[in-house]
Amino acid sequence: MSEPSSPTLFALGASHHTTPIELREKLALTKDKMDVFCAHLNQLPGLREYAVLNTCNRVEFYGLANSSETVANLQREFCAFQGFSDAEFNAIRQHALNREAIQHLLEVSSGLDSQMLGETEILGQVKDAYAAALTRRSTGPVLNRVFQKTFQYAKHVRTHTAITEGQISVANVAVDLATKIFGELASANILLLGAGEIGDKTAKAFQSRGAKSLTVASRRLERAQELASTLGAAALPFEQWPAHLASFDIVVCSTAATQTVVTKDSIRAALKKRPARPLFLIDLALPRDVDPTAAEEENVFLYNLDDLAKIAEENLAARTAEVKNARAILTEKANALWEQINKSASTKQNPPAANSKC
Amino acid sequence: MFPIPDRCWLWLAATLYLAGFILGTVALVRERRHSRLRMYFLILIGFLIQTVGLYLRGQAVHGCPITNAFELLQFTAWSATSLYLVIGPTFRLSLLGYFTACLSASLTLVSLLVPAWDSVLRINNFGNSHWIEFHAALAMFSYGVFGLLALTSIMYLLQFFSLKRHHLRGFFSFLPSIVDLDHISYRLLIAGVVLMTAALSVGYVHWIRDLERVHSFKIILTGSIWAAYTLALLLRWRGILITKRLAWSCIVLFMAALLSFSAIESSRKAPAIAPAASQP
Repeated sequence: MSEPSSPTLFALGASHHTTPIELREKLALTKDKMDVFCAHLNQLPGLREYAVLNTCNRVEFYGLANSSETVANLQREFCAFQGFSDAEFNAIRQHALNREAIQHLLEVSSGLDSQMLGETEILGQVKDAYAAALTRRSTGPVLNRVFQKTFQYAKHVRTHTAITEGQISVANVAVDLATKIFGELASANILLLGAGEIGDKTAKAFQSRGAKSLTVASRRLERAQELASTLGAAALPFEQWPAHLASFDIVVCSTAATQTVVTKDSIRAALKKRPARPLFLIDLALPRDVDPTAAEEENVFLYNLDDLAKIAEENLAARTAEVKNARAILTEKANALWEQINKSASTKQNPPAANSKC
Repeated sequence: MFPIPDRCWLWLAATLYLAGFILGTVALVRERRHSRLRMYFLILIGFLIQTVGLYLRGQAVHGCPITNAFELLQFTAWSATSLYLVIGPTFRLSLLGYFTACLSASLTLVSLLVPAWDSVLRINNFGNSHWIEFHAALAMFSYGVFGLLALTSIMYLLQFFSLKRHHLRGFFSFLPSIVDLDHISYRLLIAGVVLMTAALSVGYVHWIRDLERVHSFKIILTGSIWAAYTLALLLRWRGILITKRLAWSCIVLFMAALLSFSAIESSRKAPAIAPAASQP
């Protein structure tokens, strides 16, 4: 990477790629800290524009500096502020200049650089970071153009590649399957058998996709009530669930039982009361809670932990296969954008920037 | 007003339906979601052109253009397409446009590719009875509804098997949910049976006035199709004929309905080429 003497576009920071969670915790800027540190940066000589992307997986500064020395000063300020030594930070830092900085921002925003490849939450976080920078008036024509184009290109990559397609966590795969069976989840009745962590996670994934009616049944009623209250769900004494099975559309099983909990007979009895409505059984327990032969029933869809994990793996593999395509598109876009910025700089004209507050 | 012959318009419409089907297939093979709006407009343009073609044919036969096997298939495709254009945007079922394009392209192209089916033009087929013409058109429209029902049933079966066998990627990932497909299929079944019942009621009123004008073979065949669909609806309502059994039934019944066109056409060929009694 060359070190140009003219104004330098830079990306500087640390992410999950190089930094373990214990260090990321130390590096993260809380809202109060962010305000204080940005006040420092506003005074930093040579720093023309900047924005800070601060998520659970990364702290990154994007900006335009008069020289690479200014970028080094920013790093020193940040290390001093967070109680890091320069050497310690140098071991984990990620640093890119000019075209590479644009490429990095594009890849981050498109989810290519995320811990869960192709996740879409990051684009919202980048938008928030840019909005905060606009509010602080710390951006200018160059960063405005870079960020606005980044949002456009990230959406382009999502539309034109399969980088975001298919869920890659077990809980989200289960929810995705439920939407393939029931469509909207708002009217689906969900029963959680077992009040453990995995059931809790799956229930939250269902709620995040619009599920409203949740019921928790656990051998320990107080545990069921506790989880139900955190989820805003109803609790059901464990011995009563077979009698109510017909009123549920989705059953998430995650008990610690060593023998089958949901038998084929109990499923048959429930189906008789609701022949036209499908029943989705998600067996997340080990050993399994649901009799595997229940899948033979016509309107029953049974998925166990292995099935879900396999789908998640397949989806991840499909996303990984799309990385090359997505990166090729982003490289082309980064080159074009960098060329435009360079051209504007060489003609001493700023690139057009909509909504610029600076 | 329209210097181009009716069959040319119908060829053009068939080509547009085929283009919709090919575009959708290419998108699916590349595992991309095709543009629903683009598919809708392609089918809409095809539908408008087909309407012109059928209008010209209607002018030629002095009535509703459902007087031979070619016209029956064309009218069935037209009915199914018109229904898709109405319900497509409402239910927003992904791939329904693709399947409609597939059905319409198949029916229209097959009808155009068999010249024998269009060798006899029955001028003034319905005499002067608008009620008979209405009965025939309504019956044919119900066949269009059943055509769309067959498509949603195919989609249901594909989604059902993909979920049962855990094959969820590629083409299957674009299919709507089975509950949505079941709901729309049930509604289409009700709509089809209601329309056909109304059509047969109108036909019956005419028939008892003039028993000799209607072939008994046609009455038996049409009545059997109506009875089978009505039975399917009753069994679905009672929760007996459900899920994939219902879907298979709807597909088989529509195939039978299509085959009945050919059977009715054959039965009409025995007598001299003369205006037929009633339709379908």
